[in-house]
Amino acid sequence: MVLEELVQIKEQELASRKKFTLRCCLAAGCVSSNAQAVKDALDRAVKEAGLEKEVEVRGVGCMRLCCEGPLVAVDPAEVLFEKVAPADCDALVATLKGVPSQLKRGDLTAPFFKHQLSIVLENCGLVDPDRIESYIAADGYLALRNVLREMTPQEVVQLVTRSGLRGRGGAGYPTGLKWATVAKTTSSRKFVICNADEGDPGAFMDRSVLESDPHRVIEGMIIAAYAVGADQGFIYVRAEYPLAIQRLQTAIRQAKQYGLLGSGVFESPFNFNIEIRIGAGAFVCGEETALMASIEGRRGQPRPRPPFPAESGLWGHPTLINNVETFANIPPIALKGAEWFAGIGTERSKGTKVFALAGKITNTGLIEVPMGTPLRTIVEEMGGGAPEGGQIKAVQTGGPSGGCIPASQLDTPVDYESLAKLGSIMGSGGMIVMDQTTNMVDVARFFMEFCMDESCGKCVPCRAGTVQMHHLLRKVMDRKATSRDLAKLEELCDMVKNTSLCGLGQTAPNPVLSTLRYFRNEYLELLQPAPKQPAAVAPATGIF
Amino acid sequence: MAAKTLTIDGQMVGAAEDQTILEAARDAGIHIPTLCHLEGVQDVGACRLCLVEVTGINKLLPACVTKVTEGWEVRTSSERLQRYRRMVLELLFAERNHVCAVCVANGHCELQNLAVSLGMDHVRFDYQHPRLDVDLSHRLFGMDHNRCVLCTRCVRTCWYIEGAGTLNVAGRGEKSKIITDLNAPWGDSTTCTSCGKCVMACPTGALFYRGVTVAEMERDRGHLEYIVTAREKKQWIV
Amino acid sequence: MDRLRLATVWLGGCSGCHMSFLDLDEWLLELAARVELVYSPIVDHKVYPDNVDLCLIEGAVANHDNLELVHRIRERTRVLVSFGDCAVSGNVTAMRNPLRKTEPVLKRAYLELADVSPRIPAEPGIVPTLLDRVAAVHEIVPVEYYLPGCPPPAERIRTLLSQLVEGREPRLNGGLIKPG
Repeated sequence: MVLEELVQIKEQELASRKKFTLRCCLAAGCVSSNAQAVKDALDRAVKEAGLEKEVEVRGVGCMRLCCEGPLVAVDPAEVLFEKVAPADCDALVATLKGVPSQLKRGDLTAPFFKHQLSIVLENCGLVDPDRIESYIAADGYLALRNVLREMTPQEVVQLVTRSGLRGRGGAGYPTGLKWATVAKTTSSRKFVICNADEGDPGAFMDRSVLESDPHRVIEGMIIAAYAVGADQGFIYVRAEYPLAIQRLQTAIRQAKQYGLLGSGVFESPFNFNIEIRIGAGAFVCGEETALMASIEGRRGQPRPRPPFPAESGLWGHPTLINNVETFANIPPIALKGAEWFAGIGTERSKGTKVFALAGKITNTGLIEVPMGTPLRTIVEEMGGGAPEGGQIKAVQTGGPSGGCIPASQLDTPVDYESLAKLGSIMGSGGMIVMDQTTNMVDVARFFMEFCMDESCGKCVPCRAGTVQMHHLLRKVMDRKATSRDLAKLEELCDMVKNTSLCGLGQTAPNPVLSTLRYFRNEYLELLQPAPKQPAAVAPATGIF
Repeated sequence: MAAKTLTIDGQMVGAAEDQTILEAARDAGIHIPTLCHLEGVQDVGACRLCLVEVTGINKLLPACVTKVTEGWEVRTSSERLQRYRRMVLELLFAERNHVCAVCVANGHCELQNLAVSLGMDHVRFDYQHPRLDVDLSHRLFGMDHNRCVLCTRCVRTCWYIEGAGTLNVAGRGEKSKIITDLNAPWGDSTTCTSCGKCVMACPTGALFYRGVTVAEMERDRGHLEYIVTAREKKQWIV
Repeated sequence: MDRLRLATVWLGGCSGCHMSFLDLDEWLLELAARVELVYSPIVDHKVYPDNVDLCLIEGAVANHDNLELVHRIRERTRVLVSFGDCAVSGNVTAMRNPLRKTEPVLKRAYLELADVSPRIPAEPGIVPTLLDRVAAVHEIVPVEYYLPGCPPPAERIRTLLSQLVEGREPRLNGGLIKPG
């Protein structure tokens, strides 16, 4: 592959476009509401209407508004049909000829769409994830070509550093700094890992990106590998995402066929291969040292850091680990420049963030907004507030490692520091909205149960501490706890947070701590009075 | 090899640069409690008893896997550390069925000794009382999961000293369990060499010689260290 | 000074702790001079009295009578001591807890192992019913001090009691808190 071929593929692809395109979402959300049958029905309807020459039916990735799926978009009319059933497809195709229909149409000017700024998701819902040509037509792999041909690895690292991009996996570590560290190590082998072990309850950002635009992630990985000097990459993806795995496999095969992976990428001296490693369902394998152990074929358990993976990672070699969304940000940064990216977002949090909106909210789905967007804009305007006239009570971010932000704090801008200040975290992007019917103690109990089940069992505070915290939370819920139990719970939160070996245990108390901070009354209302006993005597006078 | 100077509990300590805080402290006569640490096998930093404070570092650091650094001020027994350590023990005692009175290791148990030395006179957390088995299928040894603290000393000993790879951990979280081979009865293991090193490594009454009864299970704690020292340093020091 | 009102009770345990208490031998005479024993398995009091200063509780909370008594004790006693491992941790008494229910224990003891007339005892009001889960005393009510040991040796009991009767905050450390 050389530039001319890339351009040629793009031009061919664009030239083959038909008058109309029906984009049918084939990402997991819509597929689960029968989108594959809708796609098949569209194909058939187009054929029966004799419109094959004028209409392309394209299976695409996520078009954001999952709650209204299956979604079908019409180009160039800019119409979005919602809740499309296979039986609707004849009528839908007929609209192309100007026949009016009663089909449910989405309002593309609604705040849900209007406030979005797509960088990571810019191709999602547009390109066909199963065809590399479709990606190339959207300027895919152009960034990689430019990087390989026009930049030194050092310059790539500097580019990412200047962009201000921070890790999208949750902790927000500066990506450029991480790349620079790996780049500076001298080792005969280095590795790049894409962490696609998205496991937070309610989170489906990475899943959507992988299902909708797998080449974007692969391109980001190749650029990263070039920057740090790695020749082997792994994508660690959970087995619960079969569609993502299948599309990644297809994408890797296609990229190899075009000479974008393997020996001599873009006919340069740079070699890079990617293998997929499928996780067996352990949440803790999202923790980088556990993830690496799992890739190596060992039990997926974290180990103490240092050494950090950048220094000693896979099989002891320097290893760069970034998450899906981080890699997906790389090609546009390389194409449009660090300054463009750094111009979006806030002082310390650059670019956009993808969130998966779920819970007690009218519009559930995927959104991408600039960093610094107020939570209120996200949940009230874009999300449309709580359904059926409900009142939003809290927003949970960061999954089991995060916290519950009360409605009174909804004007907080979404960025790493602001969320941390409220006792939550940005996390990977799960956002669960709760209304007045949600019991916050039960929310804390739910997340604690999750951590308890997902603790690897290696270190004592996490293994046994989560069990006891969950037990105490259940006791509160069952109205059997006293103020002594609440004190024990708080003491355990402090201990588990400060003594656990890895992030799972260190953050497991966060949902409890944040609900105690903002909704303490809900705990107190459930407490039992302590057993009666004679008044204690002041110690100074002796114990009797 | 370069030497490092640091202070541990206010005491100036010299250490080799590849030493851990735990080793430096022990050389200086400062005791840091441990449970998953075992001389002769690699450390995993799992029990969290050896966590120490270092001035200027926010996180607590496990002394067993943290290398010394020039100029560090290390504190090994602050009130907070003592409290956390007691809680680690409480969590362990509440997690499984540690009934000292009827345990083979009574009087020779590291968990029991830690409870005494760290002042844990009772457990504030509700006992979980899980239902667990005792594997008596091996002709020489027994494995009582009721007494296991999942320190994995036996697993590491089996892999790194004996090289048999019989023992391992299955399951996760509170359901973690030491297994032999692919969770077959110990007696059916095709890899176990019956060397008994795991039994020597066990800090509690979880692994024992068959035939011993309450309070009879004494172990030669120095034996594993002796083997490793002989093997690696060619020193046969009894 | 009035003599300290002392009680000792025997819940779900083997009475070994009380045997150990009796091992205090002649020191018991000294103790008797300083305390009034108001309730104990070794004296004939039927009802746990009011205004008790100090109570040593042997045994775990294993049946409904234990449960009721331990609440009454807490209401009427200023200082409670969990006396021995069963009170402190449940110990042997709690070894049936992994079975979760009383039925398999009763079946094993009274049916499968019975020599003559196998029958699970059931006399409401006379034979107290077992709790499904045996609890340590402090799992039910707050306890001030803990004296582990199975049983705690007499010396250990003496150390604790001599400090308590002098009104001092007891300090038990080192081997004095060894369980088992």
